[in-house]
Amino acid sequence: MKRKSELKKIQNITQPSKIVSADYNDPLLRELVAHLRQNRTQLREEWARRITEAQLLTAMSKEEIFSEATSVYDNYVEVLETGSVEALQAYARNLSERIIPRGVETHEVVGIVLLLRDVLARSLFKKYQADFDLLNRVLDAYEPAANRIANTVAVSFVQERERVIREQQEAIRELSTPVLQVRERLLILPIIGAIDPQRARQLTEQLLRGIRNNRAKVVVVDITGVPTIDQTVANHLVKTVEASRLMGASVIITGLSAEIAQTLVTIGVDLSKMNAVGDLQGGIEEAERLLAYKVITTSDANGTEAGS
Amino acid sequence: MQVPILKQGDYLIASIQSVLSDADLLQLRDNLGERVGKFRSKGVIIDVTVLDVIDSFATRMLRTIAHMLKLRGAETVIVGIQPDVAFAMVQLGLTLEGVGTALDLEEGLIYLNSLLTKRISHHGP
Repeated sequence: MKRKSELKKIQNITQPSKIVSADYNDPLLRELVAHLRQNRTQLREEWARRITEAQLLTAMSKEEIFSEATSVYDNYVEVLETGSVEALQAYARNLSERIIPRGVETHEVVGIVLLLRDVLARSLFKKYQADFDLLNRVLDAYEPAANRIANTVAVSFVQERERVIREQQEAIRELSTPVLQVRERLLILPIIGAIDPQRARQLTEQLLRGIRNNRAKVVVVDITGVPTIDQTVANHLVKTVEASRLMGASVIITGLSAEIAQTLVTIGVDLSKMNAVGDLQGGIEEAERLLAYKVITTSDANGTEAGS
Repeated sequence: MQVPILKQGDYLIASIQSVLSDADLLQLRDNLGERVGKFRSKGVIIDVTVLDVIDSFATRMLRTIAHMLKLRGAETVIVGIQPDVAFAMVQLGLTLEGVGTALDLEEGLIYLNSLLTKRISHHGP
């Protein structure tokens, strides 16, 4: 008997996954699940109490903790029974979706799962304390499954979190460089906030694509909202202007601050290539001139329509 | 692969169909030089829409063609440079100075038309 258990342990080390799946037919595990089902109420309460004690999940109320604890507990026992973590994975993802916006941290989620593991292990110790050999074998069955559950929940939580972060990054990226058409063939590109090399690259890409998609001839890039730029970005800006010309569009830069103007002069930009106008209004007027638009107010035009 | 050159009124249109070797570019230069004289063309459009890469030799050759044709009495405009290509060219310092560029064939025609009417009105009264 003892040798068999040792053999199992060795196998456990060498081929953990195979053993884990084989374990679910283990009568011991079934006994264990039955024990956990029987003591559901008491163990669940014990767990919820320990969570509150450890001051985890402070963002949630006591009732919420208890109801989440109940579903996690049931899921936990189910995984122990069936060995399939898929349902738990889905549940963990769903739970993460609900609790991440409420500011629950990774350590709290990992913490509560480890607490449950601890609570259950203690109850097993208590039940099997008389027979050390049996306890050993019960733990052999319990530990790998419990580890796998803790792993699954933590990974699901982190994955969900990363997904949220990725989505937000994407949103910021899209928001940061709008390309707006104000007239036929005239685009404006208002830039607000600091430009780092990565954003500069993305800006260029958006601008060049915007030129192609909107068939623009003139683009007004307004950098009033940019406090300062470094030399790399300044160079990048100049290159963007040149690349736009290659695509048949001219770029007007407006709202250059004194600092940025100084940077541009320091790096020795060829000013014949840069069409700079003081402010956005002036830039749009210059663009309209280039596109042969003429804006006439209706009172001046004596009944003729405004526009070109 | 040779570049087909189409005649359209006063203009010639060289529409590049595939990646060009250096020899093809030289051939294009020679053909355009000859046709401009033969048809007495006023403008030439070179369409590079299909090119994913325009290297230094191609850039130099396009510039040479433009300057050469100018001396033969025709304006040249390069059309259809793709966004990525445009930026890559600028990164490499290949900016086609002194050569007209336009978004696509249609824009190229408009560009040449406006350039030539200006020239005519200069000579006019």
